[in-house]
Amino acid sequence: MAYGATLCRPDVIAAFPITPATSVLEYLYRFSAEGLLDAEMIEAEGENSALSAVMGASAAGARTFTATSSMGLAFMFDAYLAVSGSRLPVVMPLAMREQPMPLTLAAGTSDAFTVKDGGWIQIYVESCQEILDSIIMAYRLAEDKDILLPVNICYLGFYLSYLSQRVEIPAQKEVDAFLAPLKKMQRVKLCLEEPLTFPAEIAPADPVFAEYRYKHCAAMERAKQKWDEIDREFEAAFGRSYGGQIEEYRTEDAEIILLTMESTTGTARVVVDSKRDEGLKVGLIKIRMFRPFPRQRLIEALSCKKAIGVIDRHVCFGWNCGQCFVELKTLLSDLEAPVPLVGFIDGMGGADITKEHIERAVGIIDAAAQGKRVKETAWLALE
Amino acid sequence: MIKFRSRFEGSWADPKTMHILPTGEWRFQRPLTKAEKCCQCGWCYIFCPTGCIENRGTYFGANLDYCKGCSICAQVCPVAAIRMVREEG
Repeated sequence: MAYGATLCRPDVIAAFPITPATSVLEYLYRFSAEGLLDAEMIEAEGENSALSAVMGASAAGARTFTATSSMGLAFMFDAYLAVSGSRLPVVMPLAMREQPMPLTLAAGTSDAFTVKDGGWIQIYVESCQEILDSIIMAYRLAEDKDILLPVNICYLGFYLSYLSQRVEIPAQKEVDAFLAPLKKMQRVKLCLEEPLTFPAEIAPADPVFAEYRYKHCAAMERAKQKWDEIDREFEAAFGRSYGGQIEEYRTEDAEIILLTMESTTGTARVVVDSKRDEGLKVGLIKIRMFRPFPRQRLIEALSCKKAIGVIDRHVCFGWNCGQCFVELKTLLSDLEAPVPLVGFIDGMGGADITKEHIERAVGIIDAAAQGKRVKETAWLALE
Repeated sequence: MIKFRSRFEGSWADPKTMHILPTGEWRFQRPLTKAEKCCQCGWCYIFCPTGCIENRGTYFGANLDYCKGCSICAQVCPVAAIRMVREEG
């Protein structure tokens, strides 16, 4: 990931270490010392200062980068909201780790899902290669003049952060060429030529507040298609594609669908293949772009299926299930015909979502497709 | 049909619109500039967070409707022409 960031030539990096995001920082400092990275490196005294420094730099027109996790994200929360409300194109990977309490140094997706409505674009990635590639695509998306939104690249901490996986590192000049269209796009920034007030305070009851929120939502909507376009451009330039907002695996003739996110998808692919060999018509959808929610793509992908199941690696306290489950339940009303939806909760606190767990999940989805009564949410690790 | 009032996408504004809310009531101290000492370098004007310093010809002074008494002007003045005085009475 540090390579991905370095290739994009950020101007300012301000960060504070937290397991499991620390290794990114260590590599970036090493690259800076070795002369591979020419950025202003700011050693912040805490994550709040780190993101605030990044916010200021971004407001002055710099390309910025920082990374964090769990409590670090919580500590920078006010700056997190300020960055998106100010429409600053910061790219911040999240090495997802469980939020306390209980305290654990283990993977989980609760930190990223807690801030899902902070106004940032959220992309969930599966592998080390995808992290690297997604950072490059993230800058292309964030700094696009039609978007101007900060982006989280969310990846499973501990699994991917401490994993050794062979990746292809694109050449610098290829990345420069990919990001070159951004040079022609101007964005509002602090400068002497046109002094501006930032951030502006809005007087009470002024409708311009709603106007800014409206524009923010509109940009979120535009980001969906733009992300698909960028994925196609990336494939043309580098030969790798991830499907854009969602990746569909063996879904065309599938009767039942399993939805997963991030690294869970890797194991799920293996299970889907073995179930297919047994004759079960199961397909897999990986949700990559979670914010904004890939509504239109999912409506298309989920039409005419007999049952749908989703594995969440966190809980939604409001509905006694996972967050993806809640969002998909909302999506059901967009589908032409009612479809049974089943939720699964697994893999929290660094526990493995094993092949056996996923096989059980697929079995339950299949049972739902056949009209059998199943529990709405199954906690795979506990049952 | 929605008509937008702001040309910005986010919370940016033209600098003049800062002086909508009079923040002078928050002060517990005010800056007083010695006109003879002021060399009109403009540092207080540049550093003032509310942008309330005015050019009054022979010296620069704070517009007390918007001055919050933060004392940044006094601290940056290179000739120490500004002193902070408590608001009393």
